[in-house]
Amino acid sequence: MNALNQTAAKSASGLLSIVLVTLIGGAILFAAGHAQSATLHDAAHDMRHATGFPCH
Amino acid sequence: MIQRMLAGALFAGCAAGLLAALLHFAFVQNALLLAEDYESGALVHFQGAQGGDGHSHDHTAPAEPSAEAVDEVAEEEASPLRRNALTVMFFMLTYTGYATILVAGLALAAQMGIAVGAAEGVLWGIAGFVTFQFAPAMGLAPELPGTVAADLGERQVWWWSTVVCTGAGLALLAYGRTLLTALAAGALLAAPHVIGAPELEQFFGTAPPELAATFAARVLGAALVTWAFMGWVAAKLWNGKAAA
Repeated sequence: MNALNQTAAKSASGLLSIVLVTLIGGAILFAAGHAQSATLHDAAHDMRHATGFPCH
Repeated sequence: MIQRMLAGALFAGCAAGLLAALLHFAFVQNALLLAEDYESGALVHFQGAQGGDGHSHDHTAPAEPSAEAVDEVAEEEASPLRRNALTVMFFMLTYTGYATILVAGLALAAQMGIAVGAAEGVLWGIAGFVTFQFAPAMGLAPELPGTVAADLGERQVWWWSTVVCTGAGLALLAYGRTLLTALAAGALLAAPHVIGAPELEQFFGTAPPELAATFAARVLGAALVTWAFMGWVAAKLWNGKAAA
């Protein structure tokens, strides 16, 4: 593999990691802020109000 | 690379979450607890002003407390320590979520050859605040307990769409190079507010408007400070690790 291909491969895997990490962040926000499980809702209640998440 | 991003996000997010919790207990929690007293009927808005009227009792009688309000009050009385510990924990979790997306943005910038130092990190943090809290708050203001709002699913869709549009719009505005990108940025930033958030035709809040206004302003102020701090920490860590 020449240097150019290596750079291209690195950049593609980099982009993939970025997309993956963004999705992980979104999933954390969904669980903490938006998910409707009663237990989760009660536990996160004050934070959800004080972060402006639309939660109930 | 993923590990490096997640480690940076975890650290920046936990630090920011602790600051957010500190600011929350200093400035926000009292308004929230007071609103719960109005929600549960322990306090009634405008009772004093109408007290002279013998018939006013019917109008000012506390609304039947919702099951949720009763639960909340019961839980708070049962264990404020547990409740507050959970609040701290969830602030850390939420800000870790924000930080994860922020760090992914830093990594994307690095891929595109854009250097983001700690000083720019503060600006990135403020942009994150606008994306995740300020722009959504323009349509869906932070609500006190006891507020009734439009359909939850519709609001959540509007919230996520606003976040995506605002984030993309700010990135284009900051790093786009042509008039076209600037115009696209303006359109993206404006679209959610032109379309408008789902809302009800009437207001049902139980707490006084002054309390709701104070609450919303303090929520946003505390978030602004926290985000600026988190942007600085995240960029500092990202650069430190990139150099290593």
